[in-house]
Amino acid sequence: MASTTIDAAATPPTPTAPPSHEVVDRTNRRWALGFAIAALGLWAFYKFALESMPGGVQDAFQTWLPLTAVNEAIVWVICAIGLNIVVGYAGLLDLGFVAFWAIGGYCAGWFMSFFLGQYDITFHFLSAAPPTQSGIHINWWIVLAIAGAVCAFFGILIGAPTLRLKSDYLAIVTLGFGEIIPQVFVNGEDIAGFNLSNGTKGITPLDPITALPVGPEAVSRPLGPFDLETKYLLFALIVAFCVFVSLRIREGRLGRAWLAIREDELAASMMGVPLMRSKLAAYAVGAFMGGLGGVVFAIHVNGVFADRFNFSISIILLAMVVLGGMGNVWGVMIGALGLAWINSTFLPKLGETVNDALDTEINFPSYNFLIFGSILVLMMLFRREGLFPETRTRELVQEPERTELEDMHADLEGDVR
Amino acid sequence: MSTAQPAAAGVAPGAGGLALDSELITVRFGGLVAVRDVDFTIPEGSIVSLIGPNGAGKTTFFNVLTGLYKPTTGRVFLQGEEITALPPHIIAAKGMGRTFQNIRLFGLMTAEENVMVAMHPHLRSGVFGTVIKSRRQRREEREGRETARELLHFVGIRGVEGEYARNLSYGDQRRLEVARALALRPKVLLLDEPTAGMNPQESARFVDFVHRVRDERGVSILLIEHDMAVVMKVSERVTVLDRGEKIAEGSPAEIKADERVIEAYLGKTGTEGSAR
Repeated sequence: MASTTIDAAATPPTPTAPPSHEVVDRTNRRWALGFAIAALGLWAFYKFALESMPGGVQDAFQTWLPLTAVNEAIVWVICAIGLNIVVGYAGLLDLGFVAFWAIGGYCAGWFMSFFLGQYDITFHFLSAAPPTQSGIHINWWIVLAIAGAVCAFFGILIGAPTLRLKSDYLAIVTLGFGEIIPQVFVNGEDIAGFNLSNGTKGITPLDPITALPVGPEAVSRPLGPFDLETKYLLFALIVAFCVFVSLRIREGRLGRAWLAIREDELAASMMGVPLMRSKLAAYAVGAFMGGLGGVVFAIHVNGVFADRFNFSISIILLAMVVLGGMGNVWGVMIGALGLAWINSTFLPKLGETVNDALDTEINFPSYNFLIFGSILVLMMLFRREGLFPETRTRELVQEPERTELEDMHADLEGDVR
Repeated sequence: MSTAQPAAAGVAPGAGGLALDSELITVRFGGLVAVRDVDFTIPEGSIVSLIGPNGAGKTTFFNVLTGLYKPTTGRVFLQGEEITALPPHIIAAKGMGRTFQNIRLFGLMTAEENVMVAMHPHLRSGVFGTVIKSRRQRREEREGRETARELLHFVGIRGVEGEYARNLSYGDQRRLEVARALALRPKVLLLDEPTAGMNPQESARFVDFVHRVRDERGVSILLIEHDMAVVMKVSERVTVLDRGEKIAEGSPAEIKADERVIEAYLGKTGTEGSAR
């Protein structure tokens, strides 16, 4: 027995060896499989099983998990995954992500409706809209790509002057842009005679979408407003795309550069990593996904409405990323689904139930920020790394804490000047 | 003979030229002149040390070479190409690798990833190629990983290539910094107090290591160093800064005998205790 203890002492300590590429791949594959099964299962359930359920079960699902809430949650997931690239991967605090959501939405408004018909523009491309209608009508798949590209462009445009700033200042400036861009749309009814956004009246309705741009009637027919199951499937496909892109980029040259910037910006630049370009790339990729989310949201609500793009969206998105686990796409997805569901369904329904039972009139949804705020405070106190942190961060948070004084000393040492 | 010798005069320019050449560097912070009119050269393939008392301007000078500071006046050339005031990442990509006085690794990246970060300027894959994992991207990544392993083995890190940098031992972290800098394929390698925190045996081994890096990797090396034993053993030339000015330059033996250097380190009378 003595020999075993000696052996144990002799072997070099290997504290929580980080996962190799293969392990990372395997973990990701497992998560992906889990999500695919869950997503398809949900779809099959709503499409085929729910109708044959007893009335009580049907009611329960319609109340607590209506498919429209799921679809809306998917919008949040797409945007949260985009924000995760900026915040989680590259470590840049962005408080204005709603700007991209809005721009993406207006791309849908401009290119998928009668709206630009007011300037006698008529253009149809693979669209399900009636060919006689004026305005620009492009198939939504192409509009997705356009919106992504436009948002990526704006991401770079916004990023170029601001990314030189250090973290706190950057956060403030992004906050400013997040306020400015929706305001431009709110007041965009008459910009030197040009109606950009139709102001608070919004642009509605949008063209119906199709499963595929071309092909046999079965897949290229316009989807009706109540075909939520098919839309759900299509939206989930976009989520899959965003996840795929996130994971692939993370593995490569650019992902390493982001990580290095997050770890130590100065050392990264000394190792040949162009800070500006890498950060702009993070902004652009994140904004691209924000654009996709904007289009999907516009389709989900069948219109674009300027007053819906407010600051709270940026904050909720940030909360989703933090709650889920910065840097881990899967965690962010769960965080986004959870918070979106609480916000859109759980609180209102809980309110109804409680108010009915107690005969009170408490406005539960109005407490959502109280609840989100509390969640964030509790997270920061007890689980700073998020519910499902990436392996790297878990490592960091789980080690014994330094005292504040030690930290200050470390900072002094770390200063190159 | 005791004061500063003309910089490049002793080095035959035809023998390979200068890896690094800086002319009349001055750095002013407000009213403070941190570095004044410093001429400095590193002959190709040599090991040069920069020494001086605390606050002499060594690190400031380093930061000018790597592009962190813009010199108020003066110019820097890397193998004849002017790099004055270029952004740090471009200077790095042109072949200036460095380590840090207080180790600055990417703590939550593995040793291998740390090295691969510094290959950034030499890899070509863009966003699109990475997303679709093009054949070129896969080959590039595979080769990058092999090069990283090879560099890690070269500096003596074995078996912990997949460990997070922050979990490595102090010695391994120092070595990893060198491996990371070498991944830039530098022409000049700047080592900022590389033996800080090492015991005498480790320092002695480090001297051999520096020679090996120079000989096998074909880089010219500049050290900032406090440990005089190391400086005297490792360097072919020594430059001494004091209060921002170059006060001496020459072989280790010349520097040891230089009155101004002794004065700078010990004070005017030279009786204020040992020089460590």
